[in-house]
Amino acid sequence: MLNYSLKRFVYMLITIWVIVTLTFFLMHMIPGDPFTSEKKVPEQIRQNMLAKYHLDKPLIVQYGYYLNNLIHGDLGISLKYLNRTVDDIIKQSAPASFQLGIQSIILGVIFGLLFGIIAALKRGGGWDYFSMFLAIIGISVPNFIIATLLQLLLASKLRWLPVSGWGSFKYTILPSIALSFSTLSIISRMMRTSMLDVIGQDYIKTAKAKGLSQLQIIWKHMVRNAIMPVVTVLGPLIAGIVTGTFVIEQIFSIPGLGKFFVQSIYDEDYSMILGTTIFYSVILVVMMFLVDIAYGLIDPRVRLAKGGK
Amino acid sequence: MVDISKDKFEIIGANASESQSIVRPSISYWQDAWRRLKMNKVAMASLVFLIFLVLMAIFGPYMRPFDYAHQDLFNTNKPFSKVHWFGTDYLGRDLFVRVWMGARVSLFIGVTIAFLDAVIGVTYGGIAGYFGGQVDNIMMRIVDILYGIPYLILVILLMVVMGQGLWTIITAMVMTGWVGMARIVRGQVLQLKEQEFVLAAKTLGASPGRIILRHLIPNALGPIIVSMTFDVPNAIFSEAFLSYIGLGIRAPLASWGTLANDATQVLLMYPMQLFIPGFFISVTMLAFNMLGDGLRDALDPRLRR
Repeated sequence: MLNYSLKRFVYMLITIWVIVTLTFFLMHMIPGDPFTSEKKVPEQIRQNMLAKYHLDKPLIVQYGYYLNNLIHGDLGISLKYLNRTVDDIIKQSAPASFQLGIQSIILGVIFGLLFGIIAALKRGGGWDYFSMFLAIIGISVPNFIIATLLQLLLASKLRWLPVSGWGSFKYTILPSIALSFSTLSIISRMMRTSMLDVIGQDYIKTAKAKGLSQLQIIWKHMVRNAIMPVVTVLGPLIAGIVTGTFVIEQIFSIPGLGKFFVQSIYDEDYSMILGTTIFYSVILVVMMFLVDIAYGLIDPRVRLAKGGK
Repeated sequence: MVDISKDKFEIIGANASESQSIVRPSISYWQDAWRRLKMNKVAMASLVFLIFLVLMAIFGPYMRPFDYAHQDLFNTNKPFSKVHWFGTDYLGRDLFVRVWMGARVSLFIGVTIAFLDAVIGVTYGGIAGYFGGQVDNIMMRIVDILYGIPYLILVILLMVVMGQGLWTIITAMVMTGWVGMARIVRGQVLQLKEQEFVLAAKTLGASPGRIILRHLIPNALGPIIVSMTFDVPNAIFSEAFLSYIGLGIRAPLASWGTLANDATQVLLMYPMQLFIPGFFISVTMLAFNMLGDGLRDALDPRLRR
């Protein structure tokens, strides 16, 4: 297991390095420098400004500076918001995104599993069709459409919940539902299939024969075995939720990092784009790593197959 | 016991060739797959819908006498009517024409990306799988690292760097999207290359390129096609997502994503303008996914439960 984790960890570091390098050189392929659009300044001042930000050095030296800054957690200064560092903006806006993301993941996973389990136990019943209906919507309707529909119906027409903004818990309900929708539907679908597989196994009959209660069979024998395949898709699903915050925060005007990220694209605030891209990528890559490790911990077969050799 | 007289029997003789002959016509792999697909009602309905969609994408924009980019500021945000079947948008552009222009763009993006992903992925995966050993090791480590990079974030970054436009979307999404296909093809080739027909081809002196192209890829075509069918809706969805956050194709060209984005400006007053592109995105995603499921069942009978 240690061997396996170590290998995954090295991969994670290489992936992050590739992302950082790629983003750095891509951003420097854009012609001009940050001061080209400023009003005409004397050549000497311009040179001084370039020198201050090391922009007069060759690209490879700039890359060195950049890596060095990154290791110290310095993502540079926003070009749009004067005197604000990218770090500052991230620190200020990330908590909202983080809360939204965590709530959506919890919502999606718990209800997804629950719906999946019930659908499998009551196969062909109303719950089964309900979860199938949810799954079809989750696969086919983009989250920004779901978000706008929820906003229109529950907030704007019925006035149950606030339309947009960020404050108390009730502001988080609609965005969390919208964001968790595809996760919920995919997990419930996978859990259902996987549960149906397990239900047919002989050890379930054995458990029944030795007189275990229904709840014990479901929890100890069915769910624990059925949950394995679901864990594998958690990585991509988390990635979907994180990128989903870009549009959801836009729609519900939540002052989170996703909104800043999209805004920085409109503003062509390159250091902000660069910084947030790296921040998001690192978060996602670390998440994927954790999911992989978690999978190894839950399922001994993975350890034996991948790390043990 | 009843006696049965011998003349009630007739010797008809044993005809070896007749008893060995095949009564039913032999069915090729593709005919068999098609037969199975035809039995799957959901997949067939999806296929019919997609054919309808393609036809409408080709002919739809010519069915009404409006240009997709023509603005009519006296007739903005009109509801459904006999003149404007789907109404008009906030610039007075006819939505019926724009929806089908959008279908053209969305489908073009989806199909092109799926095709290019397949070409690159099949070549890369085929080479890695066939040569194996150190070549495979290095090539697949590169794929592993690329696979770890968050897809949508890289696409957004590429769009920022390369500027908006139809071909930038396609380039950006192909640069990140071929990895999945490469993995699938490699897995298939690894299984297939140990089989006898490959050995036979090698013995006859076929070059690696010929073996990969003529022997291995055709045998792996089932999973490749299935994977392509799932690539199309993913690409359409990603394009809609990018367009929705303002990184899509440039106006006045329309895709379903940009139509949805345009509609948000007048959402509270005219929600229909969002529902129409939203409906088409959803149904198309659904149809491709259902067709993909059907194709997977049809092309790979081993996977069926």
